[in-house]
Amino acid sequence: MTKYLVRRLSTAVPSILGISIVLFIILALAPGDPFADLATNPNVPPEVRTALHAKFGLDDPIPERYVHWLVAMLQGDWGFSFVSRVNVSTLILQRLPTTLLVLGLSQVLALMIALPVGVGTAIKPYSFFDQVASTFAFVGFSLPTFFTGLLFILVFSIHLNWLPFIYRSDLDVTGWRWYWEEFRQAFMPIAVLGLYQGASWTRYIRSAVLDVIRLDYVTTARAKGLREPAVMIKHVLRNALIPIVTLVALEMPAIFGGAIVTEQIFRVPGIGSLLISSILANDTPVIMSITFVFSCLVVLFNLIADLLYGWLDPRVSYS
Amino acid sequence: MDGSTLASATAESTGELAEVRPVSAAQEAWRRFRRHKLAVASAAILIFMVLAVLFGPLLWRVPINDVDFTAHLEGPCAAHPLGTDDLGQDLLARMLYGGRISLAVGLAAMLVGVVVGTVVGAVAGISRGLIDTGLMWLTNLFLSLPQLPLLLLIIYLFRDSLKKVVGPEAGAFILIVIVVGGLRWMTVARLVRAQFLSLREKEFVEAARALGASKFRQAVHHILPNALGPVIVTGSIDVANAIIAESTLSFLGLGFPSDIPTWGRLLYEGKDYLDSAPHWALFAGAAIFVTVLSINFIGDGLRDMLDPRRVL
Amino acid sequence: MREDEIRELVTQVRAGSLSRRAFIGKMMLFGLTAPIASQILNASGVPSSGWKSDYKPTRRGGGGPLRTLLWQGPTLLNPHFAVGQKDQIGSRIFYEPLAVHDPEGNLVPILAAEIPSLENGGLAPDGRWVIWKLKQGVQWHDGEPFTADDCVFNWEYARNPETAAVTIAPYQDIAVEKIDSYAVKITFPKPKPYWSSVFVTDWGMLIPKHLFKDFTGSKSREAPTNLHPVGTGPYKFVDFVPGDIVRGEINLNYHVENRPYFDSIEIKGGGDAVSAARAVLQTGEFDYAWNLLVEEEIIRKLEINGKGRVVSVIGADIEHIEFNFADPWTEVDGERASLKSKHPLLSDGAVREALHLLVDRGSVEKFIYGRGGIATANFLNAPEQFCSKANTWEFSIEKANQVLEAAGWVRGSDGVRAKDGKKLKLVFQTSTSAPRQKTQAIIKQACQKAGIEVELKSIAPSVYFSSDVANPDTFMHFFADLEMFTETADPDPETLMQLFLSSKMATKANKWQGRNRCRWRDEEYDRMYREAESELDPVKRAALFIGMNDLLVKERAVIPVVRRSDVGAFTSSIKATLSPWEGPFWLLHDWYRAPAA
Repeated sequence: MTKYLVRRLSTAVPSILGISIVLFIILALAPGDPFADLATNPNVPPEVRTALHAKFGLDDPIPERYVHWLVAMLQGDWGFSFVSRVNVSTLILQRLPTTLLVLGLSQVLALMIALPVGVGTAIKPYSFFDQVASTFAFVGFSLPTFFTGLLFILVFSIHLNWLPFIYRSDLDVTGWRWYWEEFRQAFMPIAVLGLYQGASWTRYIRSAVLDVIRLDYVTTARAKGLREPAVMIKHVLRNALIPIVTLVALEMPAIFGGAIVTEQIFRVPGIGSLLISSILANDTPVIMSITFVFSCLVVLFNLIADLLYGWLDPRVSYS
Repeated sequence: MDGSTLASATAESTGELAEVRPVSAAQEAWRRFRRHKLAVASAAILIFMVLAVLFGPLLWRVPINDVDFTAHLEGPCAAHPLGTDDLGQDLLARMLYGGRISLAVGLAAMLVGVVVGTVVGAVAGISRGLIDTGLMWLTNLFLSLPQLPLLLLIIYLFRDSLKKVVGPEAGAFILIVIVVGGLRWMTVARLVRAQFLSLREKEFVEAARALGASKFRQAVHHILPNALGPVIVTGSIDVANAIIAESTLSFLGLGFPSDIPTWGRLLYEGKDYLDSAPHWALFAGAAIFVTVLSINFIGDGLRDMLDPRRVL
Repeated sequence: MREDEIRELVTQVRAGSLSRRAFIGKMMLFGLTAPIASQILNASGVPSSGWKSDYKPTRRGGGGPLRTLLWQGPTLLNPHFAVGQKDQIGSRIFYEPLAVHDPEGNLVPILAAEIPSLENGGLAPDGRWVIWKLKQGVQWHDGEPFTADDCVFNWEYARNPETAAVTIAPYQDIAVEKIDSYAVKITFPKPKPYWSSVFVTDWGMLIPKHLFKDFTGSKSREAPTNLHPVGTGPYKFVDFVPGDIVRGEINLNYHVENRPYFDSIEIKGGGDAVSAARAVLQTGEFDYAWNLLVEEEIIRKLEINGKGRVVSVIGADIEHIEFNFADPWTEVDGERASLKSKHPLLSDGAVREALHLLVDRGSVEKFIYGRGGIATANFLNAPEQFCSKANTWEFSIEKANQVLEAAGWVRGSDGVRAKDGKKLKLVFQTSTSAPRQKTQAIIKQACQKAGIEVELKSIAPSVYFSSDVANPDTFMHFFADLEMFTETADPDPETLMQLFLSSKMATKANKWQGRNRCRWRDEEYDRMYREAESELDPVKRAALFIGMNDLLVKERAVIPVVRRSDVGAFTSSIKATLSPWEGPFWLLHDWYRAPAA
């Protein structure tokens, strides 16, 4: 196992580098202009735009730009946003707490819904509970988040007037009130995301548990007199967990990447909205930094997942 | 875990011991599928939907882009069974026309994603060392790719050349299927690989190996049928994702021209009118929902059909 | 309208038989903007009765927070680098210009002590210079005094090409000198009728010399003050998250007494226009929402609650469809849409006439833009309530059919008209935006009924409006037959009318940076423009611009669709006015809240 770990870690660095090269090339080649807004304005002469292009090195050849970027990155300088002329690291750090809060909690919510419901529907497939829960799950993931988000806003904000629907990261209250206000404004985005994610995870968990629950050793365990919870946890879940671990590991980096649509609807200032606005504005340094961190997280979490497989199922070997 | 021996059979239908007619594997599989009533019903619904979008426009001849401001945002009525949108265009006609594209894109993109993902996951799962590492690096790469710039780039590079070869609509269709399906296979690949990693150590696979089965045969005949669970779930989820993803593309101007009423687009256009003219978005949403539902149950039926262990 | 007709009207105003307002209205009919019409009156010695602000509160502060919503959040706070109106609005909380235009088009002093005119000696009789007297006792937020040095500094800062300031245009060819601590003189190379283009409106916001002087030229982006603005405005800087929020708190040393009313201000960014409208009109979470490009149907339903009001002000911005007079489908010397080519279909005046008749402007206004766009037949604006005399628009599919038949375009078996073997097939491109796509759909359908086949193309805005030389989809390349978008306009028509000047052609040689994208040429137009550039007499100048507009309309050189207005929503308790020539915060210090009455 340690040999495997060492081997994987040593290949992680070149693999991340390789990914960063591909990312950089794609971004450099993609069409679009960071200074597009200036085009329709008659007061801005075209020389200004050409000057800006040259100033930000947009006219240099791609390999040169990549090396510049890499060297700067290694020194901790993540670059400078074309659009807002702010350090990219500042931009990301400003939004990190909100992102972790809203997205992290939504994943937790998703898991909290999916595990019990998924297992519950698998224990008694095609029962009434299963039909109802599965139907909700299907509705949940066939409706996009912009739709459910809007529905929530219409119901909770506009009709019932219970919850504000514009997220403010600068609540100017303190103490208990802060927690209450934060709960009120974060409830809808977390619920929308959590339900969407939970819906698809429910189906996966149901399928994984179903694969296991009728097997030989489960019956044996029950016959041996183990109580149901023990059977479920020690025997069923532990073996059904491999696909679940895969899924959760795949989703972890997404917490950093944000949920673009939901952030837009509720105006949550997370990293997702930063990413999409940078993409639409062709603000390459920001896009590059975010996707680079994202790719590091992807590599990291997939490594963790691979290690967990070995722990969950001792028969899995990698040599 | 999958592949272990079944729970002991309870005393079932006896009395058939005397007459056992030989049946081929195919007939047996079909019989198993038929027993799954929901699967059969869903298959029927899906076929009906496909037929409706293919032939419906021939029967319901109201044009899809007949702008008629007097019939602006009407609910369902005799002249317009599904109502009209804000330009007075008939929604039933639009849904039938757009359904062709949505269903085609949804199913095709899902198939591309599922097939590519299963192949990659299976190959990575059954091999070790370099091939596994290499394929996983590729998977990580695709997972890290920011979809939008990539889409902009691919469409920018290939739209015109495809247009010359197959025409604008077919060109857009191919591009979207490749792009949407091509960015979905990674989840399937990781899941299938994970299944393979644990399944390949099991006794029945070892037995097959001992009997001289090649790696290919082990993978396809023995492991793969047991690894299909997550693939099927992904299949149904991906259809919904693909239909919605196509509509997201058209907002960025990539994808089908704006006057083509795909279901995802109808959903997006109707979302601002939820409190005044809900019929617009709801019918499109319902169509997507029904498609997803039927794919899923068909998938369940397929799994029972292919899975010799009869877990259910 | 001719010069003598204009003079006659001026005499009527002076005599009192025609109100100032009606005069301005008539001028707008002929395509002039209100500020120009005002200028005519001012130059003729007719005093401006003016619009007055009705600010009631009698003390500074105590008004609580003011919460505003911009669905495109500001991304930087230095007005000289502003990309788009969102950044100007963000900066305008903290920075101010010398003067702004009120809704009637008259100048209102902010940092200036008074508006220069011939009478007070501020304006040169030959139009070559103007002297601005600055308000005394104004302090920057850090306590330093505001003086003429700051004005001179802004000129040097902006005109330096290394700074790459977007405000460079008005500062480029002029000379600004300090006369004394509170007066600056601006000298123009040629007599300039449009003297108020410098230091005025959002483009003329002033930044402090003492904080920026070490960061000019290529070091301009490094200034820490870029992110922590110090200005003269009614609010001081508190916090800024690019794209998300801008916060300010009351400036207790503000230079106008009893203002501002609010203790703090917040701009929240992000989201879309419809939810912004809901936040003000339905839930009341915010006090003001900007640029509500929302369908009329939706906005009307939101207004019904009575919790807020929707205000629209109309400037000179014009949503229009350009014809490509060159041929984008053939390459001449390796260039598409080259000046050496002629468009096979659109060069035929009958086709252009037919297309004019096929744009249902009435429905576009009524069902798509609502109060966000008023149908028009003039390229250089015209409001609807003063109809009759001006050029009119018409929507008639039968007439279009007749025009085409008469010109020899015969319907083929597929319903598409053709002449000399050329089919009437056109590619119509625009940026991706819901109202534009709907407009395209309506036009396509009307064209179909007249036998013209239209292929619609919509392109992502960041690509469409980019200056990427290699990308064929930009609006500047114009590699299509028709394209549609909004051209923003100043109060003065000089910059807007450049679009049809033959010296400004967009060609491969100048990387398609020229503003004449439709590749249209007319000698009479060029002559009139050159004359108008240096004509000092505002009446003569107005007549020239009107003439240019009429030429465009007569030749069917362009299809004006709707005049775009700026639509904003306020909660009922907020008292504020919007001016069509300025951003929403042009008179921010006069905003206050009164219980709904």
